[in-house]
Amino acid sequence: MPIRSIKGALKALVLFAIFFAGVWSQSSGVIDEFLWYLPDVQYLMVQHIWLTVMSGSLAILVAIPLGIVLSRPKMANVAESLMQVLNVGTTIPTLAVLALSMSFLGIGTVPAVFGLFVATLLPITRNTYAGLKGVNPALMEAAAGIGMSPMQRLLKVELPNALYVIFAGMRTALTINVGTVPLAFLIGAGGLGELIFTGIDLYDPVMMLSGAIPTALLAITIDALIAIIAFLVVPRGVNPSRA
Amino acid sequence: MIRLESLTKVFDTPKGAVVAADHIDMEVPEGEICILLGPSGCGKTTTLKMINRIVKPTSGKVFINGEDTTGLDTQTLRRNIGYVIQQIGLFPNMTIEENITIVPKLLGWDKAKYKARAREMMAMIALEPDAFLKRFPSELSGGQQQRIGVARALAADPPVMLMDEPFGAIDPINRAVIQDEFLKMQQELNKTIMFVSHDIDEAIKMGDRVAVFREGKLVQYSTPDDLLAAPKNAFVESFLGEDRALKRLNLVKVREIVTDEIGTVTPSDTLETALAKIDDYGYQNAILMINERKQPAGIISRSLARTTKGYCRDHFQAVPAVVDLDDDLRKAASLMFAHDQTWLPCVDKAGTVCGQITQRAMTSHLGARYRARQGDDRKPSAAIKE
Repeated sequence: MPIRSIKGALKALVLFAIFFAGVWSQSSGVIDEFLWYLPDVQYLMVQHIWLTVMSGSLAILVAIPLGIVLSRPKMANVAESLMQVLNVGTTIPTLAVLALSMSFLGIGTVPAVFGLFVATLLPITRNTYAGLKGVNPALMEAAAGIGMSPMQRLLKVELPNALYVIFAGMRTALTINVGTVPLAFLIGAGGLGELIFTGIDLYDPVMMLSGAIPTALLAITIDALIAIIAFLVVPRGVNPSRA
Repeated sequence: MIRLESLTKVFDTPKGAVVAADHIDMEVPEGEICILLGPSGCGKTTTLKMINRIVKPTSGKVFINGEDTTGLDTQTLRRNIGYVIQQIGLFPNMTIEENITIVPKLLGWDKAKYKARAREMMAMIALEPDAFLKRFPSELSGGQQQRIGVARALAADPPVMLMDEPFGAIDPINRAVIQDEFLKMQQELNKTIMFVSHDIDEAIKMGDRVAVFREGKLVQYSTPDDLLAAPKNAFVESFLGEDRALKRLNLVKVREIVTDEIGTVTPSDTLETALAKIDDYGYQNAILMINERKQPAGIISRSLARTTKGYCRDHFQAVPAVVDLDDDLRKAASLMFAHDQTWLPCVDKAGTVCGQITQRAMTSHLGARYRARQGDDRKPSAAIKE
């Protein structure tokens, strides 16, 4: 009884808080201030998404084949050490990667896409490799034993069984990618970072938030989007979310 | 037919070369099940896996139906050999139907043909096609999964099958059921099968021949009965276990040692006649009474016949147990022990009496082989030294 009433009280409290926040923001004109940035947000968001899509798809196109190649038995000798190199690569801060790519490629979209690509590449490669290596050896033996060629084994057995892990890698990588794109503003590539960093510099919280909130929403959307794709694409028999 | 010609596998390990299989020569005739038996690390699995090149032979040849497989391309070779492994290895991303039809698809069968084949296979392994074909392996029990595993191996109707401890991961009750089902299937399919096992009872039950391995060498290759009756050396003997004579009970049918001579009385005989017959035939305890259709109807005990007067029909006791001609000796022995009998009447399919089986006949049949061996082969002490 007491617990239920406390819960109820909390719920009511939260509702009141939201209501008063709404009333306050309306009366103080904050909403109007945010709306004033709407055209900027729309324009920069398109840039932002574009940067993510380019660097993300490029990373997927490179990382998955790379992970597949590394997981082949013939690569077993070099694969582990190469994965270690990639792991070290992950520890370099993205800002440093962007700075480096700027010093080679100048400023603008190209170095930003390249920097983001490098930062996104690693988690996807790692998950592709780990997912393929983690396929039950008994399955591989059965697949070989019934006469599948190495290519058929990869396409019909290994990839379908590793797909869930691969998608998990893409989900992490792309969510981080969206969250990292604001840094691209620093090397002149635009994106919602423009509002965030300018807002910080001008000590204008509304400007900063009108960059930060859409960025956060984008990250959540991308995460959900990939989760839905994974739900649909990963075969039912090996899909934990459809078991 | 599978023939191995000095098949050898040497593994290079950091500790030096290890000979996993040392010049294995053997032949499995068409339609027979050959069990590769031995403790772990004896080379039986390596030998099996060299046949479909999961393990690449260091040297030696494999012939299938007289054809040297050395020149064959690995994929072609494997598609024509059914392969069942202990871990089952069904593809969890595929439905049961996709799992079963995978080899026919690889071989380029058309859709209608392999779909029909999947249903046929399900019928063969006694699982309802409509209920199972669209399901995924994870939704099935271990026993059902391994039945599907066997179906997948048989789907393209390969002449030869390799089975690596196929029933090892299944609980004992289900294992016995699957073994029986498999033997029944084999009677119709007549595949040539190599079957790895470490279980001597499974080997005796399933095998037409048994090959015993030790440290990479083929120690003995013979029929289960020969193996149990005449183990080649002390290792085989100890591997088979102290009770190997009892294990042979499974292998011998009542038909082989039944004596058709059996004294009987009919209900209309007097007890005096019965006593006379008991003495005539030299029976110790009792005589069987049969009805007009020659079916066992009761027994007249000697003590009763001696002390009482009258007709058999009024003084018989129930028949404790009968055995069928096709029962094995294990069942006969078990019935004898359970009913404290030294003999049992035998009946044929129609239920008419056709002889008797005695404890003496059983023991002398089982003992004959051992005595013969001790006589001509070598002394027991020599065998132990080896």
